[in-house]
Amino acid sequence: MTEQKISIASAEGFEAFLATRNEPQWVVKRRIEAFATYQDLCDQPLDPEEFRRIDLRLFRPADYSVRSGNATENAADQFATLMVDRGEFAGHVAHVDGTTIRSELNSELKEQGVVFCSLNEAITEHPELIQQYFMTKAVQTDADRFSAWHAAFWTGGAFLYVPRNVELKQPLHSLIGLAQSGAADFSHTLVVLEEGAQATLLEETSSADPKAAGLHMGAIELLVGKNARLAYVQLQNWNERVFHFAHQCGRVERDAALQWTVGALGSKFSHVHQDVMLDGRGSDAQVNGVAFATDRQKLSYYTRQAHKAPNTHSDLLYKEVVRDRARMIWRGMIEVDEIAQQTDGYQRNDSLILSHDARVDAIPGLEINADDVRCTHAATAGQVDEEQILYCMSRGVSRDEAMHVIVEGFFQQVFDRIPVELVRETLSQTVQTKLGFGNEA
Amino acid sequence: MNSVLKIEDLHVKVGETPILTGVNLEVKQGEIHALMGPNGSGKSTLAYALMGHPKYEITQGKIEIGGVDLAELDACERARLGLFLAFQYPVTIPGVKVADFLRLAISNIRNPERKEGENLMPMREFRTELRETMDQLNMDSEFARRYLNDGFSGGEKKRMEILQLALLKPKFAILDETDSGLDSDAVRVVSEGLAKLSGPEMGVLIITHHERLLEYNEPQFTHVMLAGKIVETGDASLARELHENGYTEVRKRHPEEAALEDKQEVVAK
Repeated sequence: MTEQKISIASAEGFEAFLATRNEPQWVVKRRIEAFATYQDLCDQPLDPEEFRRIDLRLFRPADYSVRSGNATENAADQFATLMVDRGEFAGHVAHVDGTTIRSELNSELKEQGVVFCSLNEAITEHPELIQQYFMTKAVQTDADRFSAWHAAFWTGGAFLYVPRNVELKQPLHSLIGLAQSGAADFSHTLVVLEEGAQATLLEETSSADPKAAGLHMGAIELLVGKNARLAYVQLQNWNERVFHFAHQCGRVERDAALQWTVGALGSKFSHVHQDVMLDGRGSDAQVNGVAFATDRQKLSYYTRQAHKAPNTHSDLLYKEVVRDRARMIWRGMIEVDEIAQQTDGYQRNDSLILSHDARVDAIPGLEINADDVRCTHAATAGQVDEEQILYCMSRGVSRDEAMHVIVEGFFQQVFDRIPVELVRETLSQTVQTKLGFGNEA
Repeated sequence: MNSVLKIEDLHVKVGETPILTGVNLEVKQGEIHALMGPNGSGKSTLAYALMGHPKYEITQGKIEIGGVDLAELDACERARLGLFLAFQYPVTIPGVKVADFLRLAISNIRNPERKEGENLMPMREFRTELRETMDQLNMDSEFARRYLNDGFSGGEKKRMEILQLALLKPKFAILDETDSGLDSDAVRVVSEGLAKLSGPEMGVLIITHHERLLEYNEPQFTHVMLAGKIVETGDASLARELHENGYTEVRKRHPEEAALEDKQEVVAK
């Protein structure tokens, strides 16, 4: 089959895309509806609260296309994956330019009813699960034009389903890769943990070619059932020519726990909408963010901790470092519904600004409708303290190395919250690599 | 061969304010010098200027170690030449473990040509030395796993400075009020620690208000600073005298500097 490049920016493109998919009618129907929603939403302004600090003029959808056919052999080898070689995984799913290139799961887990595969396979193998959970509970198609666009064009992604009371001892790995210049990836991550299940999914995004421009219009849905435990990590490590948009939503049921770690290192521009919803009494969510922007990168995160039930707990810590002319925007909100008494919500954002021309906007927010809650937020921003640098230098450490040590220490406080050593090491390694190039502050 | 730390006619200003107005001092390896003087006389300024703090601008005079002029050297290069400053207010560096920091420091000091990313001292060797040194200073090994000065008490911070001194083995150590703000037990611990470390290989300049540190580390020379100058130099008995009687007599003997001192205070206020 020859490769076909399909425009993602036109109705003709969408028709051509559908023609390549060969999917069941219910999937096609949902896509068509989503595309109609997308067209409607394109005519409407974006939510100013979320988008006012973001300049989308440099983003030109016509520059990107979805590829069909021609899944490159051994495509996974092109990627310097950060995690694969470091740990033992119970399963792997990998996508390159929206095409599934790997999908494996330990047979023992398969026998226990665990599903870990590409969403494309899941449509035919487990249609009932996909129908039930795909963009029905967490990310809403009509949230904004990006979510609708994603719902129309989604191209595979990792699907994890863990049945009741099944505990995965080893983590699972998912790679989302972009290889060819101008490729658009609409991959979707869907995780469903039934009651009492436990799993860890480590996902990374990566570019095969450091110079290839690309687009990721993604979505993540994490559904954590009663008393279940999910640790999910996404390490966004695209090259610096990728536009990254994502709608991400975790829903946590009664007495369940979600630990969600975000690494934001790559991309030219990214905007991520991250919702954590504490739906069940006693549910708990910890959100960790490690962001490091250099050169002219612009990274934007809109985070929401929504407490929808009593006795819920959320704890968000984002730490970001900006250097050169980079910019980071974080807008965080804790929402507490009237019913969610005895809520304990916390959000904190610390940023370190390494260069004169780098900039951070960190805006925390609270919206509380219950009267018996404890919600706090904090945001700090500052430069590396010259006294810290002098202290290091007085111990024989050069100025550059001192700066690096201080930055690593700054991130260490988030790493300390991450129980998976593999993730700590990977993040720390990535930060070190990134510290090593670009202009020194 | 014994090296010399030589300070010649040193003038230093901070911003537009001149603080040191001609300091002369020579410290040889193996010697202990005490530097005393009232608050604001310029003792800490001298310490920072020696270390190469960028806020302290040298406008005249020079500093040499073993004949090498420090003027163009930054703090890191000075440290690698063998200079050490125990800070009066050691900074906190959150997220950086004491052990990791010390290993980095020791690797740079012992291999002054080292560039970032090059080999560190082998872990096993470092751990052994760290453990032995901490034992010697009666420090709990738990210290090494904490973040540098993060949540440390005043006494713990000062002990951390002494630990660094012990590991880095400088040719010249300046102790800037290492005994201030400590209770008497902590002063004793730090004083004993220093006494164990100083020897023929180390020249020590102790800046202090108290005499406790000097009891354990008897100075061969005591210098008194007033209004940015060393106005008197004596032996250990001068330190005792100052401790007992304060600076009134010194001021009487040096009315010119004492007058300047008043003027500076007015400016400062």
